[in-house]
Amino acid sequence: MNILKFIESFTNEGIMASTGSRRDSFTQFGNLGKNLAFASIPFGLSALANKAMAKDITATPATPIGALQFALTLEYLENEFYAMALDSGVIPASENGGRDLKVFQQIADHEADHVKFLIAGLGGSASANFVPKPTFDFTVGGAFDPFGDYPTFLALAQAFEDTGVRAYKGQAANLISTPELLTAALQIHSVEARHASEVRRLRGLKGWISNAERGAGMPEATQAVYNGEGVTMQAGYNTATLFGAAAGSEAYDEPLTTQQVVDIANIFIV
Amino acid sequence: MKNEVRIQEVDKSLNNRRNFLKLSGLTVVSAGLLMAGCSDNDNDDPVVDNMLPGIRNGKFDLGAGDFGVLTYAYALEQLEADFYTKVVNASNFNATFNEIEKQVLTDLYHHEVVHRDFFKAALSGGLPDPSSQLLPTLAFNYGALNFNSRTDVLATAKALEDTGVAAYNGAGKLIKNPDYLLLAGKIVSVEARHASAIRSLINPNSKDFAGDDIVNMTTGLDDAKDPSKILAIAGGFITTQFTAKFLP
Repeated sequence: MNILKFIESFTNEGIMASTGSRRDSFTQFGNLGKNLAFASIPFGLSALANKAMAKDITATPATPIGALQFALTLEYLENEFYAMALDSGVIPASENGGRDLKVFQQIADHEADHVKFLIAGLGGSASANFVPKPTFDFTVGGAFDPFGDYPTFLALAQAFEDTGVRAYKGQAANLISTPELLTAALQIHSVEARHASEVRRLRGLKGWISNAERGAGMPEATQAVYNGEGVTMQAGYNTATLFGAAAGSEAYDEPLTTQQVVDIANIFIV
Repeated sequence: MKNEVRIQEVDKSLNNRRNFLKLSGLTVVSAGLLMAGCSDNDNDDPVVDNMLPGIRNGKFDLGAGDFGVLTYAYALEQLEADFYTKVVNASNFNATFNEIEKQVLTDLYHHEVVHRDFFKAALSGGLPDPSSQLLPTLAFNYGALNFNSRTDVLATAKALEDTGVAAYNGAGKLIKNPDYLLLAGKIVSVEARHASAIRSLINPNSKDFAGDDIVNMTTGLDDAKDPSKILAIAGGFITTQFTAKFLP
């Protein structure tokens, strides 16, 4: 794909005007009135999360622009998470002979690239379609210590990558009318999947998700990332028939809705 | 590696416009094919979209539209499933690979066979006349590939998985039905998880799981390729002749 052509067409050819507007796509910030069902939040930390709803994001519209804005917010989250982790020194340089540090430097580079790419795709930071970076608190009010405790960092990294895969997948239909954007989103989606596989394997898990299992060592609070992954009926075909439900479910990743991802992301947004 | 190109099917009676699955080079896949209605930006030609898979000019053609793309995916999944079936059934499988590698390769065997049978079932249920429109079971030839060689198997697995990712990434824009698009999306991320794991088995202490050779270092984007380019790679393993005249 010609990236420059993609960006040029996106920013100059009125695609934004035809597929979204500032009014219907830029209202997700500062929405005090939304009724976030904290009971559904997986982390069981509603008391902590409740204190800072003012900056919570809300679901982006089901448009190509909305999908890109949604993606950008997720990439902001991942980018800042890995940048802070690398700065903090929480990733031991000696872990697995240096492997872990190499892995997370590469992932951090990709997430930074994705942020830049999506901002450019939205027309730059001066564009009406641009969405600013939220303020993140990866400790969730002190409940987690991802930059002081390496296993916690790894667990959150897995949760973010597996969420990213499901999140992009859930946006595909919103991009079906814009083939270049769809392709770009798919190209990010598969990179997130590569990341997810490696992070899972660093944690001693399979690279793929069995049933709806979050996997050994994952806090129960992350279960929302995995709920619904155990599907074994695909377009009427039972994927469990040949080798069982675990293998059948592993063979397919399932999407998350925009709202499901927003609910997960908001736990880390203050 | 066996992705060396070789001519699988050359019908001299065909000119550029009536393109064919030429596996030894991509130079022919250019203006002529685009004129046939397969331009990236002009893929809503109703004539092309109604082109169902089936025999054309004596050979099975993948067709166009959603069924064409799904049939293309079915062909690729047949290849992956066949490859891993041979891997796990190789005479020396247990001694060639360590426990983690065996687990990964067995999982991949399961997943790819499930993908293949899923496409067969979905296409059989969706095509108006599957008896004539369902892609037949393909035959494969891996040449000198030694299924008892760890190096050969992992290198081929890496190529197949990376190719699968690029294929689905490139084919997404050709799909019109959002349900089919989602199904492709459900599969491609698993292929990417596979590619990452295989790359990590080959070179564990590295960033190769999402290496700079496959993920663009500026954009952070994975590979995406059109069917003609994918078939030029994967076709090296496929001995059953078929055409893809109506896919870009």
